[in-house]
Amino acid sequence: MFGYILKRMLYAIPILIGVNLITFVLFFMVNSPDDMARAQLGAKQVTPQMIEAWKVDKGYDKALFVNEKAKGIEKLTDTLFVQESLKLFSFNFGYSDANRDIGTEIKERMGPSLAIALPTFMIALITNISLALLLVLFRGSALDTGMMIVAVMIMSVSGLFYIIAGQVLFSKMWHWVPISGYEEGWSGIKFILLPVLIGVFSGIGSGVRWYRSIFLEQINQDYVRTARAKGLSELKVLFGHVLRNGMLPILTGVVVVIPTLFMGSLIMESFFGIPGLGSYTIDAINAQDFAIVKAMVFLGSVLYIIGLILTDISYTLFDPRVKL
Amino acid sequence: MNMTLTFLWTDIMVWFLVVVLIAWGWVISRSGQVKKQWHTIFKSGIAMASALVLLFYLLFTLLDSVHLRFVADVNENKQSVQYQGEMVSLLDLMFTHNIENSERTYSAPFATHEYVKSIVVDEKGVSQQVNLPLKHVSSSNHFWKDSLFALLVGAGIAFFFIVLHLFWRRRTGKESKLPWKIAYLTLAILIIAFTWLYLLSFSYHVLGTDKVGGDVLYQSLKSIRTGVLIGILTTLIMLPVAIILGVSAGLLGGWVDDVIQYLYTTLSSIPGVLLIAAGVLSMQILMDNNPQWFESTLERSDIRLVFLIVILGITSWTGLCRLLRAETLKISQVEFVTAAKAFGVGKWTIIRRHIIPNLMHIILISIVLDFSGLVLAEAVLSYVGVGVDPTTFSWGNMINQARLEMAREPMVWWSLFSAFIFMFILVLAANLFSDRIQTVLDPRNKT
Repeated sequence: MFGYILKRMLYAIPILIGVNLITFVLFFMVNSPDDMARAQLGAKQVTPQMIEAWKVDKGYDKALFVNEKAKGIEKLTDTLFVQESLKLFSFNFGYSDANRDIGTEIKERMGPSLAIALPTFMIALITNISLALLLVLFRGSALDTGMMIVAVMIMSVSGLFYIIAGQVLFSKMWHWVPISGYEEGWSGIKFILLPVLIGVFSGIGSGVRWYRSIFLEQINQDYVRTARAKGLSELKVLFGHVLRNGMLPILTGVVVVIPTLFMGSLIMESFFGIPGLGSYTIDAINAQDFAIVKAMVFLGSVLYIIGLILTDISYTLFDPRVKL
Repeated sequence: MNMTLTFLWTDIMVWFLVVVLIAWGWVISRSGQVKKQWHTIFKSGIAMASALVLLFYLLFTLLDSVHLRFVADVNENKQSVQYQGEMVSLLDLMFTHNIENSERTYSAPFATHEYVKSIVVDEKGVSQQVNLPLKHVSSSNHFWKDSLFALLVGAGIAFFFIVLHLFWRRRTGKESKLPWKIAYLTLAILIIAFTWLYLLSFSYHVLGTDKVGGDVLYQSLKSIRTGVLIGILTTLIMLPVAIILGVSAGLLGGWVDDVIQYLYTTLSSIPGVLLIAAGVLSMQILMDNNPQWFESTLERSDIRLVFLIVILGITSWTGLCRLLRAETLKISQVEFVTAAKAFGVGKWTIIRRHIIPNLMHIILISIVLDFSGLVLAEAVLSYVGVGVDPTTFSWGNMINQARLEMAREPMVWWSLFSAFIFMFILVLAANLFSDRIQTVLDPRNKT
């Protein structure tokens, strides 16, 4: 088991190097350090000396991939790519354009992001599964057909519309909750309520359909027929057999998502003014702050890979057939 | 001729796609089995209706993808002709009255006066706050009379097409079990609704005007092209990549498989929006450094759209590639492929004759499934600031603007409403159609 996890973690290293290479190409080759310096210093009267000074200051004055000046192995290691990648691997994200440490900023902003993402995820999971089970129980009935049509309609509306409509209805017209903002602790619940509600609702269409199809696939299996033949009630069949066997495909889809919850939701946070990682990313994109975007790309990939490993581990816990 | 046809990059891509679609239609019309499958798909009334809606949207995309340039100046000796820098599409020509008759500011749908009060000083020097009348709406309008007329015209056009088709059906004399009644009903609703909107747009701003007085109906119709383009061209870009890599990974195995697997795991481990954002940001810098690539703002925004589509394509092939690899792996173990190999059939023939046809259902399902997702993604990307150019008409840009308008007092709701309705109909139709394709084509659903 531990050997397996170790192997998987080692396998993650080449992937992360690949991720670094992609971001490096995007951020340093297309947008060369000279361009960055010019953009940062302002267009007026930029002398080559100023650009050089800026590059030395930021540590961008090295060659991109191959350093011709260095000797031996340093030809490859004393380059911008390796230096930048090493910094990321040690989770040293450097400083943003506003000269703030990105690492501490990320730590501070993870809390608010989780405060929205975690409840949304949990409530959505429970609602979607229970609704799907309900529909499977009444499969083929008018309720099932009607709810499926509603689900397709919910799916067909842009998430942005739910947010705007929700804000107008609940905050602007009925004044139930404040339009945006964030507070730590229990008093902040009034700020969290609406984003969570909207997050759950906008995902309900696709979620219910997905879980329903998983359960329907199980319900045609032989073991379900056997269970019914034994005289089990439909409810017992559903919860005892269909739900338990449906857990495996559900795990594949769900566990991968859990670590990425830390990244927060881009739109939700910026609409509701929540100081999390999502709004941090959006602000960085709008301000073209490449250091932050780079850090977020790396963090997102790390979390995704952790999610993949967790999925495999959860398989061994829930499926007795899988042995590592 | 006092005009000339010009092609933007996206126009070329759209028409190429149309050619591909026609060629593909011709290919499947020769295979009895596939033809029967499509027949089954269209047996469902919902599929028929949503296919017609999708066709209607495609029609607007095509209308908006024929760009003309009018002559501005002809030299004396007719040696050289100067064309206007501005390009006009066929859709623009249809709505010239709306482009030219822009108002000063916001006005509600069918309004006769501006939505916002302006300060007017009358002859006596007293300043008053009044809603000024709109410039291009006649004060003596007959809403009901105009509507009735428009509805009758629409019904007439719809009737004409339906009768034409009925005659054609009788002449070919084939009994078909397709739900033609629903098709006619959908067609009639679409045509009547559009004629009503179109004819009334001559005397009103049917869906109101935006902040600078632009007609919202025109904007919503122009946005169709952007949405549909992103939805289908992205798939067109990613399809060859996904098929080639997926099939070769599954078929060749070994180090090729390892490399391709590494490639898509790496790409898919980067969060989608961030990868797109990174790509778009770099593209912006690339475009800022190369202003010689485009002459007009329209070309600039068009190139940006092409880049966006390419970036979306690059980031979205991984999912399909993984599916195709797994399926190819499965098919290449099946007896008929082993038999073909034993007979000495070449690798290419095996791919063409055995593997690709058996992958078709996965490819088709993912095309239609991705379409609606991409249309919705466009709106989110525009909001994040990495979508289409701000000067391009798109539902995303409309919603983005509407966000501020909803905060106004009183609310300006019609921009958001129009973008929402136009998008909803397209995405709903696509979702319903993809559901049907999935039920018919997915072999797992055969019980």
